[in-house]
Amino acid sequence: MLRWLKPVLALLTAVVLAWVLNTKQGDVPPVARLLSPYQGFWQNGESAADFPDQQTLRLPGLHQTVRVRFDDRRVPHIFADNDHDLYYAQGYLTARDRLWQMEFMTRVAAGRISEVVGERALEYDRFQRRMGLPFGAENSLREMLKNDTTRLVLESYSAGVNAYISQLSPREYPFEYKLLDYAPEPWQPLKCALLLKLMAWDLSGRSDDLRLSNILSKYGPDVTRDLFPDFPFRADPVVPDGTPLGFQPLPVPPAPVPFAAAVSGLVPTREPDAELGSNNFAVAGSRTASGRPLLANDPHLQLNLPSIWYQVQLHGPGQNVYGVTIPGAPAVIIGFNAEVAWGVTNVGGDVLDWYQLKFKDARRREYWHAGRWKPVRRVVERIAVRGRPDRLDTVLYTHHGPVVYDQNETVFNKQTPVRHALRWTAHDAAGANEVLAFVKLNRARNYQDYDRALRTYASPAQNFIFASRSGDVAIRPNGLFPLKYAEQGKFILDGSDPRQDWQGWIPMSQTPRVLNPARGYVSSANQHSAGPGYPYYLGWDYAPWDRAHRINGQLARMRRATADTLRELQNDDLGLNAQLMLPWMLANLPAAVATGATAAPATAATTTPATSEASARRLLARWDYHYSAEAVGATLFELWYQELVRRLWEDDFGKQATGLEMRLPARDRTNQLLLSEPRSPWIDDRRTPQRETTPDLLTTSLQFALDSLTRKFGPLGPKWAWANQKSTDINHLAQLPGFGHQDVVCGGSPGSVNATGPRNGPSWRMVVDLATPVRAYGIFPGGQSGNPASAYYDDMLESWRTGRLDELVFLQAADENHPRLQAAWRLEK
Amino acid sequence: MKSFFILFLLIFVLASLAQLLLPWWVVLPLCLGLAAWRGGSARAAFGAGLLGVALSWWLPAAWLNLNGAGLLAGRVATLLPLGGNSWLLVLLSGLLAGLVGGLAALGGAWLRVSK
Repeated sequence: MLRWLKPVLALLTAVVLAWVLNTKQGDVPPVARLLSPYQGFWQNGESAADFPDQQTLRLPGLHQTVRVRFDDRRVPHIFADNDHDLYYAQGYLTARDRLWQMEFMTRVAAGRISEVVGERALEYDRFQRRMGLPFGAENSLREMLKNDTTRLVLESYSAGVNAYISQLSPREYPFEYKLLDYAPEPWQPLKCALLLKLMAWDLSGRSDDLRLSNILSKYGPDVTRDLFPDFPFRADPVVPDGTPLGFQPLPVPPAPVPFAAAVSGLVPTREPDAELGSNNFAVAGSRTASGRPLLANDPHLQLNLPSIWYQVQLHGPGQNVYGVTIPGAPAVIIGFNAEVAWGVTNVGGDVLDWYQLKFKDARRREYWHAGRWKPVRRVVERIAVRGRPDRLDTVLYTHHGPVVYDQNETVFNKQTPVRHALRWTAHDAAGANEVLAFVKLNRARNYQDYDRALRTYASPAQNFIFASRSGDVAIRPNGLFPLKYAEQGKFILDGSDPRQDWQGWIPMSQTPRVLNPARGYVSSANQHSAGPGYPYYLGWDYAPWDRAHRINGQLARMRRATADTLRELQNDDLGLNAQLMLPWMLANLPAAVATGATAAPATAATTTPATSEASARRLLARWDYHYSAEAVGATLFELWYQELVRRLWEDDFGKQATGLEMRLPARDRTNQLLLSEPRSPWIDDRRTPQRETTPDLLTTSLQFALDSLTRKFGPLGPKWAWANQKSTDINHLAQLPGFGHQDVVCGGSPGSVNATGPRNGPSWRMVVDLATPVRAYGIFPGGQSGNPASAYYDDMLESWRTGRLDELVFLQAADENHPRLQAAWRLEK
Repeated sequence: MKSFFILFLLIFVLASLAQLLLPWWVVLPLCLGLAAWRGGSARAAFGAGLLGVALSWWLPAAWLNLNGAGLLAGRVATLLPLGGNSWLLVLLSGLLAGLVGGLAALGGAWLRVSK
């Protein structure tokens, strides 16, 4: 018996070891399967032979032959003889480069991450579903499939993606599937719709309604109106003041008596990213060297790898368009053709509101509205969880929308109020068809085509900028905007009062707009859509004016502009906030600080030598307000100003001091108070017996900034460079160490035109010169390939970092010669 | 020594071929069977299994590391974390598979003795 023990023990050990190495253990990948050179990641390598200069691929489902040329950035230029083949090829080639990313993002949108990573994503998945992203996507898909054009586009694109997926054996799965140990699933048009909703969430899914209601209840209407005004002191709206309306406005619903919402003490765990934004601008021929318009666009999103965008040229019947696409969605989103160019920036309008509900009883089957009890619709969400039984979650739907949280259990995003129904344009689909809008823009030849294309574009609302070779420049904040009475939805609304329901929509023909203004340029940078002359209330909380005002100032000075002039403006790093505030801050900083004689008692034990305060002051006085990579002044000012603002408001609006969840007044209002209301009671720290003044705040906050920077970087010196403090990171979507780029040395700041921050920044920079022939330039911080083994994963990063653009290869015919073309493929049925 | 060398060669060749078509853990029954059939001493069998299987990984991994997968291997070696050294990753992953092969061969050799 004993003689069997040894072999059995050895074998048992081998079997257990093999099992452990072959199985995903928690977050640890199946090590041996991942590392096997026969099946694992080694098979994902990319050598020259993997990308032949000439080849013919057999793809079932194509109707005719499609020809594809690749340039030296691996951008596919697709030439198809019919629309089906064109979008089929787009789907196929996008999947070839980005399959994992596009599929993963649809899982993010749909709340299906638990299926891949297990229980730890459960609350995230519940949240996505309760916010109604899949609900909105299904509504949207229904409309898009009703339309013959978009049905063809979506189904062809999906067929192309599936053609690629069906070719793959497990050893060919993209790297991330092997790491996370799962397999791609068939693509469906619904996934395209989900990606649109994810965009809507990123760009319009934030709301301060709860915080504002808490402020209103604590400080009353006068303070709220004073500190949270609907229109800023410094403004430079997208549609300039004085632009003729050109329409007869609809009557606005009457405002009911304000509603006193219940105070809610929730704590946010995930703050909205206020700095997501974008720039676009176009100059008319009167200001350009060629006499034809120029257009530029740079959407600022979270910087990730694989890149957010994928470049493509689509040549088919009635169209030849180039631009960037969202991997997983058909058609070009931002781009140009021989006649027109267009781009988008986000509109900060308020299209998401919360309604406080009154349920009949604890069973929550009925809610009170318009004087009677109405039934709640219950929708059961089934969430698949890896390694666990499916989880069921019942979501309550009212006529407003879903109740994101209906009971006090674990709350993922605590910004979401409890027992409130969500009303959000991303759920509305009647008449909306965003894919159709982009398909039409791709084919647009003039302003009328642009105008017609935008009519079905609903969510997320965007500032669509436009320029044509025939000389038009235009912009319009476009999308589905509820027809609101003033300040409707600035605070929590009463879900039982029908007068507080959304009453209808601003007609698509009455969104703010401007065509060929006398000033010879149009632009947007997420600021207010229109001035006070616009008849409808759109919202109150837009991005500060800094970027917009700098852009307009520079555009107004342009004469004989070229594409390079616009490129330089995209890279402009002047900080208007610093320009406005720093002289005042230095002038009001007590001289004592400069000599180091006094500091607030609390910071008396500082390690910062007094000389560094004097040199800091000298350095700041010499700083030119440019957020260049090496600027030390930028580092110092940013932290000083940020600390000043914190110390100003923390005692009045901070959670710790007040016990309430509130937000701080906007930067514009804060600056106004600092600059012109020196005796404002808000300046005093109400937690201390003595009365603080602005010089006190300036002193203590500068002291704090110096201390913390000295701790971080050592004594004042070149290490304090802005690039080090800002520390721009471009991370892999799954946050994999080694798969991104940390501490990219580049200039810019969230408030300057080159809006590069720690994690967000220009995700695509494009400049189009609408001369004959059209010439265009573009770059994004990554590459065309989503494969981390490929040289084309991040080959554009260095050009992006240094502010350069690639000339974009825009072909007229499939057999055209161009020195930058590298490969010619044929896709045949 | 001779029996070690023959077993090592058999394991290396057959494991390499088998893994082209079958999952990597085919090395387990393979080493077990080969060692039970031809194995010499326990020590020789373990060594032959370890090195035979490891070599069946080292060679293709080294080749791929030099031909197209080096960049990715460096990233994976950062992720694991092995300081981004892809050759260390080649070495360690081969040893890991080799350990399974070695243990299986050891079991096979002992099985042969106990019959």
